[in-house]
Amino acid sequence: MRHARRAIAWSVLAAAGVFLLAAPFLFRPYGIFILTMWAVLTIAAIGLNLTLGYAGQISLAQAAFVGIGSYVTAYLTTRGWPFWSTYVLAAVSCFVIGWLLGYPALRVQHHYLAFVTLAFNTLIYLIFRNEEWLTGGIYGISNVPRPNFAGWSMNGPREFYYFCLAHLVLVSLATWWLIRSPWGRAFVALRENPMRALSLGVDTRRYTLMAFALGAGLGGISGALYAPLVQFVDPTPFALMLSLNLLLMVMVGGSGYFLGPFLGAAVSVLLPEWARFGSDALYLIFYAIAVMVLMAFCPSGLLGLAERFMKR
Amino acid sequence: MTRLKCALALSALLLMSGAAPAADVKFAYVGEISGSIAVSGGNFRDGIILAVEELNAKGGILKQKIALTQYDTQTNPGVARAQMQKAIDGDPYVVLGPIFSGNVKVVMQMLQQAEIPHIIGGEAAELTSLGDPYLFRTSFGQQIGMPKIANFIRDELKAKTLALIWVNNDFGKGGRDRLIKELNTRNIKLVADVSTESGQVDFAADVVKLKAANADVVFVYSNEEECARIMREARRQGLKGPFVGDTTLLSQKTIELAGDAANGVMGHVGLTADAPLKEVEDFKARFQRRFNYVPDHNGLKGYSGVYAVKYVTEKLGKLDRKALAKTMHGLTITPKDEPGILIETTWDTTGEIDRISFLAEVVDGKQKITKILPKIGK
Amino acid sequence: MLADILQLLVAGLATGGIYALVAIGFALLWQTSQTINFAQGEFVMLPAFFVLIGMGYFGLPFWPAVALGTVVTILALGVLFKKLMVDPMIHHGVLPLVIATIGLAILMKEAVREFYGADAWPFPALAAATNVTVFGVAFAVQSLVILAISCAAMVALQLFLNGTRTGRCMQATAQNPTVARLLGIPVERMILYTFLINAALVMLASILITPIYLAKFTNGELLGLYAFIAAIIGGFNQVRGAIAGGLLLGVVDNFTAAYISSQYRMAVPLVFLIAVILWRPQGLLGRVEERTV
Repeated sequence: MRHARRAIAWSVLAAAGVFLLAAPFLFRPYGIFILTMWAVLTIAAIGLNLTLGYAGQISLAQAAFVGIGSYVTAYLTTRGWPFWSTYVLAAVSCFVIGWLLGYPALRVQHHYLAFVTLAFNTLIYLIFRNEEWLTGGIYGISNVPRPNFAGWSMNGPREFYYFCLAHLVLVSLATWWLIRSPWGRAFVALRENPMRALSLGVDTRRYTLMAFALGAGLGGISGALYAPLVQFVDPTPFALMLSLNLLLMVMVGGSGYFLGPFLGAAVSVLLPEWARFGSDALYLIFYAIAVMVLMAFCPSGLLGLAERFMKR
Repeated sequence: MTRLKCALALSALLLMSGAAPAADVKFAYVGEISGSIAVSGGNFRDGIILAVEELNAKGGILKQKIALTQYDTQTNPGVARAQMQKAIDGDPYVVLGPIFSGNVKVVMQMLQQAEIPHIIGGEAAELTSLGDPYLFRTSFGQQIGMPKIANFIRDELKAKTLALIWVNNDFGKGGRDRLIKELNTRNIKLVADVSTESGQVDFAADVVKLKAANADVVFVYSNEEECARIMREARRQGLKGPFVGDTTLLSQKTIELAGDAANGVMGHVGLTADAPLKEVEDFKARFQRRFNYVPDHNGLKGYSGVYAVKYVTEKLGKLDRKALAKTMHGLTITPKDEPGILIETTWDTTGEIDRISFLAEVVDGKQKITKILPKIGK
Repeated sequence: MLADILQLLVAGLATGGIYALVAIGFALLWQTSQTINFAQGEFVMLPAFFVLIGMGYFGLPFWPAVALGTVVTILALGVLFKKLMVDPMIHHGVLPLVIATIGLAILMKEAVREFYGADAWPFPALAAATNVTVFGVAFAVQSLVILAISCAAMVALQLFLNGTRTGRCMQATAQNPTVARLLGIPVERMILYTFLINAALVMLASILITPIYLAKFTNGELLGLYAFIAAIIGGFNQVRGAIAGGLLLGVVDNFTAAYISSQYRMAVPLVFLIAVILWRPQGLLGRVEERTV
């Protein structure tokens, strides 16, 4: 019986994989754009899943890191820097800022951390909006170029989609390796029972900080891809709303599950486009109700629901 | 391989559409249906809807019904770009909107590349100076409105100092920069330069700054909701006027939201539903009957935009985007040619509009026209 | 100059009074039932629309519409909120409930946007938009009225909590529900009362602030944030902490906007918040909490 269920799970994954590879030939530019957006946001959600799902820390600052990554990339690429350098810079700077933020912030209890990260996110948003000399203020940075490797340009929607998909695969593999490693097991130990982990000699502080900073770094990578995707960076997308959305993505997909972010991002980004609702607002109403019902009956998200179903 | 298939499919469709004239003319409205200027976007859209319904009742354009699809930019440039891509994918004949100048800037290039005429509602001065041959305004830019209001401030109000409160976005900043230029050439001193945020709700501190400036005139340049909140706060704190603005301050929605606080404000209006012209008055009545509210200038913009497209298309006798754009450059449409244009309108080669405009004052909760200002090119 | 400062002070205290009302409700919910209500801002946004519907759809005059709105608010945002959302979820832990309230906030916002409209609407004020001159300084009558009403509400609440038996039972429930139960206090009912009080407070805040903000579906975003900040800075295990936090926030916000930078006006409360959480988590007026591991 278990084998049959395993087989179902694997075939679903395989089908999804085939779909993702074939997608650009099935959709028009707008559809490809939305799929690329899904891939980019999934990377940010994977980062948050690391922080929240595996290390158990509630962070509402992920949007700020996506924003920092976007602005770093936008600022530098519009001034002629090559994409790879800005990409690395975005990831590293977010990692460092995440570490610096986490150092004092992770001392406080869970719900307080939510407010500290919320405040941090809003402060970063204010800086984006007000420092016109650096970020272009509310006018933003426009005409962000898409990457270009030895003449092979990513300008077209299809090429850029595969580029982002490749990044998503790399990030997933890296995260998979991390979770399977001793580091990952330490994270899970932290989440399950911090007291016990401490008593076993696990340096909880160091591991939590690492999870937080890695999550931030992934947010930076997501941002570095977001900027050339939309080709226009302004402060509006990086306000608190995105942090809340990413949080919902992780929880709805299944916090702490490896595939949770993929599913959560799909529900948040792809579903509204493909489920023809009368208007944006109606979809959001449906989504909000679904979230509340899910939290009431199965707080471990959709994958938690699937797991329960499979165990029966 | 796929491209060949697409080409074959497309040509088949074209052949079919040539043979069966029942295919619809696709209009796309990409505008601010929600977000901070939902008021303006909603009005523009309803003007379009009224025009489309009227035209379809008479058979449409060139015997083809108009199919209108709406896309919401949420007054957000990132969303605008995505929605415009979606709209372009639908292969529309023309695109109407956006109204928010910031959104127009972001989507202009896409539309220019796709060679689709776009009839915008944005008023920021720079939009017509960016060399886009497919862009057409529905009301003139700030570089035409500001000199007119500056003249009014100098000649009628005889003011020597001015306190300015403006909204920090493309629209507000463009207007502010333009106004300051005009004030400088007329020797009017700017004694307060208060910037505010779009969507701001609390103006207590800003009004205190305006009071401290003690200017002859207070110029309010923001979106309708913020204008209303500013005027309410100004009256609450006893800031003395006169209060002057351009179009948004005297708009119908501002008056409705501000209530008594709006009485006495004066300004220049490029376009208004209260213009003492027959076509405009008839339009206002029809709009009110259809939607149960009085339209603001954006309603006129949307409506006249659709009729402009209709007039030129029927003149050409075919649906040809390039020819449409070319014909509109340098074209003048009078209400006699096409009553749907409402007021005589001329477009120049950059898509900029020339029209008569009005000086107005808000009296007893209504906008009253006090003077008609002539076209520049006459 | 002095006139300006006094006017800013009064305006700041007026909005601060409203923040305080919202913060008190937020704090009470957190204390008694571990409910971190991320939808608190939307709770303030919504009642105004109930009143507008009462006036527009049912044709009621203002005060009867307010009465109707109050009843609906207390039922929906008090009783239903508790029974349908909080009770089923609270045993799953804090995080699912937080997520659910985020969902609720989205639901409320989008429902108003979809079923009422995306525009802003005027809302009748409780006092005329005139000003009264005291010692040569003109004060907005509306600000004074708002300040007076919110102070009266806060005083009434304090009297209730400290002076009546039910109030003291509620305080006991907030401090230690287990012991309260042992003492025979009907804990469930006390928690319900907290939700009802929160509903009443947000109703009052809504009536006071919507004339200024205009009724719009986005009103809740900023208000909610200010409520959290006020509650935490003040110290939310004491009602007077939330009051102090709210008033302080209103005044600091206004003075920052007028004299330091209107663009960074939000930064000061946010930095304050981070500082308080890191170095004095019990807030300025709160007591240090002993919580078992």
